[in-house]
Amino acid sequence: MSSDTKHRPRRMRSSYSSLTAHGEPWVWLTGGALALAIMMITGLLAFIAFRGASTFWPVPLELVELADGGRALGEVSERDQAEAATAKTAGRGSRRLVRTANFEVSGHHYQWFDDTAIARASRPEWATVVERLEGGRFHGFPLRLLHGDEVVAVGPEETWKAFEREHPVVRRRWREAMRIDRHERGLLQRQLRAARLAVVQARLDAGPAVAGSVAVSAGQKAATAAEQEVIARVGRQSAELDARTGRLRQENEGWGLEVETADGIKKVIPLEGIVRACQPNRLSLAGKFGVYGSRWSEFLGDDPREANSAGGVFPAIWGTVAMTLIMALLVAPFGVLAALYLREYASPGAVTTAVRIAINNLAGVPSIVYGAFGLGFFCYALGGGIDELFFRASLVADNQPTFGTGGLLWASLTLALLTLPVVIVATEEALSAVPNSMREGSYACGAGKWQTIRRIVLPRALPGIMTGLILAMARGAGEVAPLMLVGVKKLALDLPIDGRFPFVHPEREFMHLAYLIYDVGFQSPNSQAAKPMVFTITFLLVTIIALLNVAAIWIRSRLKRRYVSQQF
Amino acid sequence: MNIQAETTPERGGNPEAFSAAVPADRLQAVAAGRDVPAEVHPEVREVTPVLEIDRFNLWYGGKQALHGITMPIPHNKVTALIGPSGCGKSTLLRSVNRLNDLVQSVRITGDMRLNGDSIYDPRMDVIELRKRMGMVFQKPNPFPMSIYENVVYALRIDGENNRAVLDEVCELSLRGAALWDEVKDRLHESAIGLSGGQQQRLCIARAIAAEPEVLLLDEPCSALDPIATGKVEELIQELRGRYSVLIVTHNMQQASRTSDYTAFMYLGRLIEYGSTSGIFTKPILRETEAYVTGRFG
Repeated sequence: MSSDTKHRPRRMRSSYSSLTAHGEPWVWLTGGALALAIMMITGLLAFIAFRGASTFWPVPLELVELADGGRALGEVSERDQAEAATAKTAGRGSRRLVRTANFEVSGHHYQWFDDTAIARASRPEWATVVERLEGGRFHGFPLRLLHGDEVVAVGPEETWKAFEREHPVVRRRWREAMRIDRHERGLLQRQLRAARLAVVQARLDAGPAVAGSVAVSAGQKAATAAEQEVIARVGRQSAELDARTGRLRQENEGWGLEVETADGIKKVIPLEGIVRACQPNRLSLAGKFGVYGSRWSEFLGDDPREANSAGGVFPAIWGTVAMTLIMALLVAPFGVLAALYLREYASPGAVTTAVRIAINNLAGVPSIVYGAFGLGFFCYALGGGIDELFFRASLVADNQPTFGTGGLLWASLTLALLTLPVVIVATEEALSAVPNSMREGSYACGAGKWQTIRRIVLPRALPGIMTGLILAMARGAGEVAPLMLVGVKKLALDLPIDGRFPFVHPEREFMHLAYLIYDVGFQSPNSQAAKPMVFTITFLLVTIIALLNVAAIWIRSRLKRRYVSQQF
Repeated sequence: MNIQAETTPERGGNPEAFSAAVPADRLQAVAAGRDVPAEVHPEVREVTPVLEIDRFNLWYGGKQALHGITMPIPHNKVTALIGPSGCGKSTLLRSVNRLNDLVQSVRITGDMRLNGDSIYDPRMDVIELRKRMGMVFQKPNPFPMSIYENVVYALRIDGENNRAVLDEVCELSLRGAALWDEVKDRLHESAIGLSGGQQQRLCIARAIAAEPEVLLLDEPCSALDPIATGKVEELIQELRGRYSVLIVTHNMQQASRTSDYTAFMYLGRLIEYGSTSGIFTKPILRETEAYVTGRFG
């Protein structure tokens, strides 16, 4: 400007102003907040991962000899400081929680022992953990291996050798018998039911019986004849199966492991009821890893037993993954179409804004409300309607709904509804992030609106839409409350997809890991023993959700590389 | 979009006032909202027009952006629109292919004719209309697809799926846009990976793929570096004679180098229109001379 000479250099202020100008405190504040959040999240995950992964590690068995002569054998699962339980010792002493197992003998799963009351604690070499099909674990020392009246082996070492030889054979026979019972016999049951329902259906088809008329329609006759034939055939096959399982069971009968508990009680455990047995005190590291791996593979691949507190969670893994994927498949088209209309077609105005606000509010509705809606609308109204139309015979004959009750399809639909707002909002954002210049470029080439959306806008918005789907999947996979109403069950061993026609059974009830956490952790009769299992299931659920997300993020980054430019 | 059948309503036009203002200070008169007749050089009246703009007015809401523009755009020549920012060059360009239809508040009167067909005729199918033109924007806007698909986009949306036809058009257009040698080995790679200048030439290839009757370039070089600008200008030179080009530019040198005709606009009005040599060497108005020599704007 003209009057340069009048300007004196502006006086600089103290370093205090430069502190606020540089904003050092804000850097620390924001950085601290982030660090705190990360610490909490990683801490939680690390805790779950550690507890979840250590559940199956074989823990040494400790033989506790009390001053008053009592003896107990078990895993020390917790130590703490507490008011002494006995009157003799004053003040706070340390105590330990021992998983003594042997519930049917002692009446306890766990017992607290004050350290002051313990005379001696040792780790005997032959202390054995026996994991049973029923009745929980059994701790003791192997005495003899029995086969009926015959004593196969005596003494811990001999017995153990014999056990390791005979046990797999017995278990193989048991598994075969179980397979026959569950699958082949189940198949026969289903054929019987189908034939019976066909008769009912034929009666329904014939229409209401005219009074005094004994005429029977041709269809009914045929169906009845077919049923008789099926009954006869199933009877024959059933007898065959009986013979086979009888043979297997007979061969297994009599095999037993005699075990002596710490306080001297002897018990014979049938060999076919033993899932696994090991002596953690004499296991080498490799042996421990063997047991660890074996327990994990049972956990991941087998059905649950003992009210879900032991065994595997395979049906729940299956249910969780299937439900989440079906939900994503359902919610994606719905959400994207709705967002497309809102962003590309609807003219901006009060109504559009109101709809948008309503959608955002939907995201805040408690999930149990969605569950109640799903039960009322999908299960009862839609499912009931389907049953009336296609599965009347089952309703009339067995009073058993097919689609008119909770199931995988209805649960997925309910969750799709629940996560719809997330997808709509994310898609809208992705659409609005598509530069207008792209749309104009397309219009200038003579493209119509839909052509522009389909060829230009949607591909470009796909990564953003994927982000919405990822969020939706993460939310959906962790929901429990609505699922309890629309199809998740404590135990549902029949998977919704199997080898039987029509192969896909979306009406079936299913198991879910998140519900399993609730069930095992808080509904289990033996909550102490179930606690490690809860951690493992949580660990598994978090891992599965993380894997689903990683897969989706991988797809998204591929799309991004393909469709979204970094201009200049 | 509201098209009024009536032609230019006289808005703020006062013959006495502007006769007094001309030529003393025409630009101030325009700024004051008075109507000023455009100075059109005689050589322009003799051209064969591909596009005739006829008393065209345009309003954004209540604000008038174009005032009674009347100008013929010559066939197979390059016509440059110059003028300071906000003078309505881009608006005029976007009115030619009716991209302004997308803006809610736009209202127009007057008409344009493409080879005799009224552009703003209510019976005109705007999608068919746009297929007869090509447009290149300020910022390169390649579509999120392969180079090949970018070029044949206009044909694809027209339902052309014959591979042989598409291949031929793709090569011809890319050659026409002087890009063929650079991309012929990676036609099926994403267009996003190209440099800015290549992207803009790709956009030109896309615009000429459908054999447009008129090619609209909206400041095609403003987002490019000098080397890329040079290539695009060279390309415009090559297009001359084969395509009717209407180009908006801020760059006087570019206008003088690339165009055959130049129109100078100011605040939504056409001020002077003539052959490029005429406008740059012997303009009728001293305002035009001041602008093209860089003394204002």
